[in-house]
Amino acid sequence: MFLTREEEGMLAGQEGRATQKAMQILVALGKIYDAEKLVKVSSVQVSGVSYKNLGDAGLEFLNELAEDGKARVKSTLNPAGMSLTDWKAQGIQSGFAEKQLQVIDAYRRLGLEISCTCTPYLAGNEPSFGQHIAWGESSAVAYANSVIGARTNREGGPSALAASLTGKTPLYGLHLKENRVPTHIVDVDASLGSSEDFAAMGYFTGKVVKDGIPYFRGVKKANLEELKALSAALASSGGIAMFHIAGLTPESDQMVGKTESVTFTLTDLRETGALLNDEGTPDFVSIGCPHCSLTELATVARLLKGKKVKREFWVCCSREVKRQSDEAGYSKAIEASGAKFATDTCMVVAPVEELGYRVVATNSAKACHYLRNAGLRVKFMPMEECVAEATRTH
Amino acid sequence: MKLTGRTIFEGKAEGLALVSPSPMSFYGGVNPDTGEIVEIGNELRGQSVKDRILVFPHGKGSTVGSYVMYRLAKNGVAPRAIINAKCETIVAVGAIISEIPCVDMIDINRIRPGAKVSVDGATVQF
Repeated sequence: MFLTREEEGMLAGQEGRATQKAMQILVALGKIYDAEKLVKVSSVQVSGVSYKNLGDAGLEFLNELAEDGKARVKSTLNPAGMSLTDWKAQGIQSGFAEKQLQVIDAYRRLGLEISCTCTPYLAGNEPSFGQHIAWGESSAVAYANSVIGARTNREGGPSALAASLTGKTPLYGLHLKENRVPTHIVDVDASLGSSEDFAAMGYFTGKVVKDGIPYFRGVKKANLEELKALSAALASSGGIAMFHIAGLTPESDQMVGKTESVTFTLTDLRETGALLNDEGTPDFVSIGCPHCSLTELATVARLLKGKKVKREFWVCCSREVKRQSDEAGYSKAIEASGAKFATDTCMVVAPVEELGYRVVATNSAKACHYLRNAGLRVKFMPMEECVAEATRTH
Repeated sequence: MKLTGRTIFEGKAEGLALVSPSPMSFYGGVNPDTGEIVEIGNELRGQSVKDRILVFPHGKGSTVGSYVMYRLAKNGVAPRAIINAKCETIVAVGAIISEIPCVDMIDINRIRPGAKVSVDGATVQF
């Protein structure tokens, strides 16, 4: 792989140990995937923030890097395992909280923005079409590639961090136009009316297409929230990092190469929804996976108006979107009902199973997927039903 | 026999081969405190990677696996070196941050379980 003199210097340790380690990671990945060179990135999104996933080893690694490493480009962070300020009210143990705050402190010393959201594109990290970026967080990766038309591979925590500390990433995979063409055509023979419908379609497609690139035909319109839900679901049941929707997404005029064909019908829509429903009565309700947009908070506020929640109800969003919601007056209505904002975190990365909950109702197919893996039972339902479930007396 | 592959993380090591015919997941597959392989269905379940030359086709599973490798190294129970047929992101990143010598593009079928193996950069000898 070709390296510039500056990059050679980083690899030789001329800019410190953290930069050297970062460059070693990028060069190894470049070698493995036959990258011809490194390319500059305009922004980075780092996953691997929750102490639940990092553990002491991850924390130690971050502290080691923070000794002399510094972000060189705009770099934002994935959600943490708790709200950084209101963790006590969430029921988080102080031992966990202490470690989580140490993780955040290491990232702060590394010069990352403590944004703690899986929707960086709603919180100030907004790449533009054609830009190279290095993002972790699978749902944001799918969104950035597909909806924005920026270019990123699915980065893991350390490789995204390596990109941040050097400002570079190896040029391979989805950074190259020829790898962004569809592998599967998905004919949509069902009318999709909500984010949950898009999530179900994504969950279905991820299973079939695995880590390919689906090209959806027959979707007439889609808003930001629907595309966000689709991105998250595609990347959780499968390893999908990019999709196209004919006539809607910016690269959907791409030549269709050698493709397989799949049909998504009304029956598939219903069956996928049913597949994500376990037995039991929910004792925990949560929305905002991926983190809620301001529009979604407006809807929740309207649905909760004049009601009281009867069980734990988390509304997950970034601190930035929460601030916008405060200004718009939505937060007041939501909190007056007894629902809790879960900023900086969500039901997937917080240790929900350790908080004693057993059955989670949510409008997120992605959350259902991961919460099940963590041993919880799940109920997939539209946002309106989530609110009804949270406010109903059993 | 002497085979030459591709260096993922430069280093020298010597030890006895522990050969997994199946791909390995470090996250959930190896106990980070003891080095014991715990993955259900893995042929090596119950054995420890500690001080071995760990040989497997390629990694799989969650990217958190890289941090599990780092934890193995910090706990002194990491393998002395890793030999892959085709290294992927999780193992490559794990080997680099943990400073475990790692080489790939090696015909791993030729390495007999338990054989004395030495690794030096891109070269594997047994």
